[in-house]
Amino acid sequence: MSESPVYGLMAEFDSAQDLVTAAHKTHEAGYQKIDAYSPFPIEGLAEATGFHKNRVALVVLIGGLIGGLSAYGLQYWVATITYPVNVGGRPLHSWPSFIIVTFELTILFAGLSAVIGMLALNGLPMPYHPVFNVPEFRKATDNKFFLVVFSTDPKYDAAATRSFLQGLAPRMIAEVPS
Amino acid sequence: MATNTQIPVADRRPPVIEPGHTFSTITEKISNIVLKRPISLGWIFGFLIVFSMMNLLMLALGYLFIKGTGIWGINIPIGWGFAIVNFVWWIGIGHAGTLISAILALLRQTWRNSINRFAEAMTLFAVACAGIFPLAHTGRPWLAYWLFPYPNTMNYWPNFRSPLVWDVFAVSTYFTISLIFWFIGLIPDLATLRDRAENPWTQRIYGLLAMGWRGSARHWHRYETAYLLLAGIATPLVLSVHTVVSFDFAVGIVPGWHTTIFPPYFVAGAIYSGFAMVLCLAIPIRAIYGIQDFITLRHLEISAKVMLATGLIVAYGYGMEAFMGWYSGSQFDSFLLWNRLHGPYKIAYLSLLACNIGIPQVLWLKKFRVSTGWLWLISFVVLVGMWLERFIIVVVSLHRDFLNSSWGMYYPTKWDWMTFAGTIGMFLTAMWLFVRVLPMISIFELRTLLPEAHVHEAAEVEK
Repeated sequence: MSESPVYGLMAEFDSAQDLVTAAHKTHEAGYQKIDAYSPFPIEGLAEATGFHKNRVALVVLIGGLIGGLSAYGLQYWVATITYPVNVGGRPLHSWPSFIIVTFELTILFAGLSAVIGMLALNGLPMPYHPVFNVPEFRKATDNKFFLVVFSTDPKYDAAATRSFLQGLAPRMIAEVPS
Repeated sequence: MATNTQIPVADRRPPVIEPGHTFSTITEKISNIVLKRPISLGWIFGFLIVFSMMNLLMLALGYLFIKGTGIWGINIPIGWGFAIVNFVWWIGIGHAGTLISAILALLRQTWRNSINRFAEAMTLFAVACAGIFPLAHTGRPWLAYWLFPYPNTMNYWPNFRSPLVWDVFAVSTYFTISLIFWFIGLIPDLATLRDRAENPWTQRIYGLLAMGWRGSARHWHRYETAYLLLAGIATPLVLSVHTVVSFDFAVGIVPGWHTTIFPPYFVAGAIYSGFAMVLCLAIPIRAIYGIQDFITLRHLEISAKVMLATGLIVAYGYGMEAFMGWYSGSQFDSFLLWNRLHGPYKIAYLSLLACNIGIPQVLWLKKFRVSTGWLWLISFVVLVGMWLERFIIVVVSLHRDFLNSSWGMYYPTKWDWMTFAGTIGMFLTAMWLFVRVLPMISIFELRTLLPEAHVHEAAEVEK
């Protein structure tokens, strides 16, 4: 076999439990750049692969604040500065009637930030990805569970990593071409 | 975490998923409806009917755009007519979807995983139907963008103190949030369809929509945070939409509108009609597509109970309106009550009491809650009742207010009926297409209901 660039080594597992256990062991064996794939969210799996930074909530908070402040600001500016309408001598800055639009735009901006933020942080849309080159990976959206050790990991070594993964009793191991 | 999904031994209710399913049978059963099941003659026949109904809408709107709102039955005491009756009715129906997906997700009611997807689709289609009416009712719908604040050469801005402007923001936000909530729920399932499709074009289309979802643990982690936060912000949103719609009425001084009970009463009514529509659609769909394993009698029974509970809140609202008519001592308020019971539209009010308060009480009996035929019929009756409620609120309140010199009558024209029937056609056309092109049940959320999906924390210690 010639030296073709390799993206990583993929191991396939039968159950969610096996995948979490394998991810824990791989992470504890000192592998840093690993990822796990499953057909549904599994509690504790991301943590098992050493992932702890989740900034989605922060993005949503910022989005919501921007939405709320800009909505209130716009209404204040329209009602008191640029287009003041005197209705029976009532105050121009009639804040109770501005609450609803402020609320709605807070929700709208927070919701859009949740979706766009989640997709952006996940690096989606990304129609092509090396893991799709493994034919068995189709089952990752059905009933199989996968663990990948990336070749960029400092501890990665084609032979040693393969035998380490073998020790986790996977269904199969495949090389992921880059 | 695993404990909250274990079903207690004493629990003799039907299960959320029938036993015997695995991850792959769930995937197969739901995705095959989209990918493998041939298009039947019945589907085509039904589609032709609902599509023709939708074309009535095109016809009615086309003529409306040429002639103006004069073709409708509206007149000066009753300026709102069918347009607003139908708007409020459709928006109300649109409440069940986001309620099911957001509020029940926060409450960890896992049974909702079987019905949230199509309830959300129903929400979107219902809100789209609702949106047509106020736009058409503006009279010059091509200028409807004037409702939004944007810098313009007229130096003109919307009046943010008006409930009608609040409504624009509430409804458009609701539609947008429902759409993105539905869409992010679909992403993992679109990836499943992409990976199972055999036709290269089908693969490409689902692949494009799935945006390269690969089920990475990091992705799931952020996905779940985003989903939970969306559920959290959609919860007050659902409750706010019909509240804001009710402000359109409650802020006015017309007897029958000017009451503080309107917001909660409207929200309860919305959920009432929303669940009625969910049942009206779920009962035939589960039978036709053989998905009784996933939408079990338990789901139908719970929905029936929600209907019963919200129906009683609505009944309390009617009771309170009647009480205030008497207790306020205001001759206009007590006349309103008299007029509802004895006026020219008394048939509508009496039918409303029968449809919304009387008939649904049979749901106290389990026999009716678990009989699909009866349940369908009762849900249909509730939908009719809730439509009548909006008719009473809009038309009967307006037709006789303070001055009897300005009393009038409202008779819908054939164009009113065509527009209404047309939106029903549009709604059903969209549902007809939806069940064949997208997974109508959330596949990945059903997988999480299986016991195999739960990982025991002990595993990490034993290594």
